[in-house]
Amino acid sequence: MLAYLIRRIGQSALVLLIVGLVAFAMFRFVGDPIDNMLGQERTQEDIDRLRGQLGLDQPFAVQYFRFLENAAQGNFGVSYRQGRPVSDILLERAPATLELAAVSGFLAIAMGIALGVFTAIRRNGFTANFIMSASLIGVSLPTFLIGILLIYIFSVELGWLPSFGRGETVRIGNWTTGFLTETGLKALVLPSITLGLYQMTLIMRLVRSEMLEVLRQDYIRFARARGLRDRVVNFRHALKNTMMPVITVIGLQLGSIIAFAIITETVFQWPGVGLLFINAIQFVDIPVMAAYLMLISVMFVGINLIVDILYFLIDPRLRADRAGAH
Amino acid sequence: MTEPVLSIRDLSVEIPTRKGIVCPVDSVSYDIAPGEILGVVGESGAGKSMAGNAVIGLLNPPARIAKGEIWLNGTRIDQLSGDAMRRLRGKEIGMVFQDPLTSLNPLLQIGDQLTETMLTHLDISRSEAEKRAIAALQEVGIPGAADRLNSYPHEFSGGMRQRVVIALALCAEPSLIIADEPTTALDVSVQAQIVALLKKLCRERGTAIMLITHDMGVIAEAADRVAVMYAGRLAELGPVREILTSPSHPYTDGLMASTPLASRGKSRLHQIPGSMPRLNAIPDGCAFNPRCPYAADKCRHDPGPQGVEGRAACWFPIVRERTA
Ligand SMILES: Nc1ncnc2c1ncn2[C@@H]1O[C@H](COP(=O)(O)OP(=O)(O)OP(=O)(O)O)[C@@H](O)[C@H]1O
Ligand SMILES: [Mg+2]
Repeated sequence: MLAYLIRRIGQSALVLLIVGLVAFAMFRFVGDPIDNMLGQERTQEDIDRLRGQLGLDQPFAVQYFRFLENAAQGNFGVSYRQGRPVSDILLERAPATLELAAVSGFLAIAMGIALGVFTAIRRNGFTANFIMSASLIGVSLPTFLIGILLIYIFSVELGWLPSFGRGETVRIGNWTTGFLTETGLKALVLPSITLGLYQMTLIMRLVRSEMLEVLRQDYIRFARARGLRDRVVNFRHALKNTMMPVITVIGLQLGSIIAFAIITETVFQWPGVGLLFINAIQFVDIPVMAAYLMLISVMFVGINLIVDILYFLIDPRLRADRAGAH
Repeated sequence: MTEPVLSIRDLSVEIPTRKGIVCPVDSVSYDIAPGEILGVVGESGAGKSMAGNAVIGLLNPPARIAKGEIWLNGTRIDQLSGDAMRRLRGKEIGMVFQDPLTSLNPLLQIGDQLTETMLTHLDISRSEAEKRAIAALQEVGIPGAADRLNSYPHEFSGGMRQRVVIALALCAEPSLIIADEPTTALDVSVQAQIVALLKKLCRERGTAIMLITHDMGVIAEAADRVAVMYAGRLAELGPVREILTSPSHPYTDGLMASTPLASRGKSRLHQIPGSMPRLNAIPDGCAFNPRCPYAADKCRHDPGPQGVEGRAACWFPIVRERTA
């Protein structure tokens, strides 16, 4: 177990190093920060001084190493546009994105699994077939269109829910939360549905097909032949086996929820890191872009690691194999 | 004679298909007494499993019981509601499947699978269930039973897993076990042990066993009586010695001649010409008539005497002189 973990962490670190290289390369090849930071009236002297200050006159490897060193400490430099440390800006924006992602992720997982199980158990029922057909819409419509449709129906026509922003937020230490006010909660509804719908339908369809496969297995038949209650057969015996492959996909989907948040945040003008990134691109604000890239990859890698560990904990066969191999 | 544990009367199973209704089990009747092992033999597709599934109420739709009665310990069970039938499964009727590698849930410890079964059917505490789980594993011959409760199925060999499966089928002490080819997937060396185990449990507990198999060796070793099925019908039913040594239905005769056991000494195995008809193309009269060396006109119109114990479903049963 420990050896396996160490190997996986090593792999994760390697991935992060490579992403770091890409992020760092942006500094060198996308635009010239000096151009951005100094106005039109600059002298060669100013330029050289700033270069020295920013360490841009050092060799590539040294710069990369320094970048990594700083990144590891959460230091991504100063935003070209806002002139403030990137880490401060990110910390300010992160709660909005994380809360949105958490709600959408929870929605996608809970509803996805529940509907997947339902449509598998009642596979010939009318409701189940209806849900399956409806889910095709969920996978085929692009996110921004769903967002705009929801805004049109619930904000413009019905006027029930706000179409943009986070509503009122409450500050707790460094964290701003929208969970504690009514407008904050209302503001969460449409964006989180928009963001989670695709993942929900994906998880639902996957759970359904895996569950149908599991329900055909001999051990399910044997469980029935032993007179176990349907509830026990479906949820204890079938669902657990269904979850094995589903967990991997759920992990990846959680990662993409955070990545896809860019679109949803743009549609709903949600003040999170995704919107920050879009704005940063417009201004070629490279430190912000690089930091965002690193942040997303850390999350992806972290989630993957957690998924692997979960897998390990659920499946006794895996545990045995690994234990035997080391 | 004691009352039979299982009594099937004129049982038919039908499946509606696109090409019309087929009848994988057709007017079958037999009894199994307490402590008796009834062997059920016949070619692949003869309807052996289908009959067993009908008894335990696990027919896969659209298959359904079309007519007939199933009696278990004097109670009619073929018309029970879904939940009443579920209560019988495991409690009154246990089932053992062919492949022990796939019969056990890979993610649950076998102790849990045992206790959940007992707690479903018996009014006992969890600790009592655990005690009985150990006893059940001991009884089927799992060494170090107490330490194996926390083991997962993959930690057992195939033969040991089949023992676990049997323990599971038996743990709520059912009066009938349906064993559908319990040895087919096992090593030859292990097969004999599993058969011996079934036999022992049957004798010690008085459990009735329906033993479905292709293996005449298993039949000879374990069965008290044998039911021979052909194309969904019962060709012949009788004591094992008679069926093995002096079968009276020409199909049984062909079947015996084609198995190594019965044709010992002969240089070549006999083969029945042709193959069993598909269910949607069963000939008129006796289903076996196109392949039967003795078939006469009568056999092509009338299926012959059905469901008479000790009498083959044949117009011209083979009569042998007793060679003592
Ligand atoms: N859904 C179905 N539609 C049509 N025919 C079916 C269906 N399911 C099973 N059958 C037929 O029912 C018949 C009986 O099958 P059954 O499994 O009882 O045979 P068996 O005697 O157990 O054979 P084996 O020795 O191979 O296990 C087979 O001929 C099979 O083709
Ligand atoms: Mg079968």
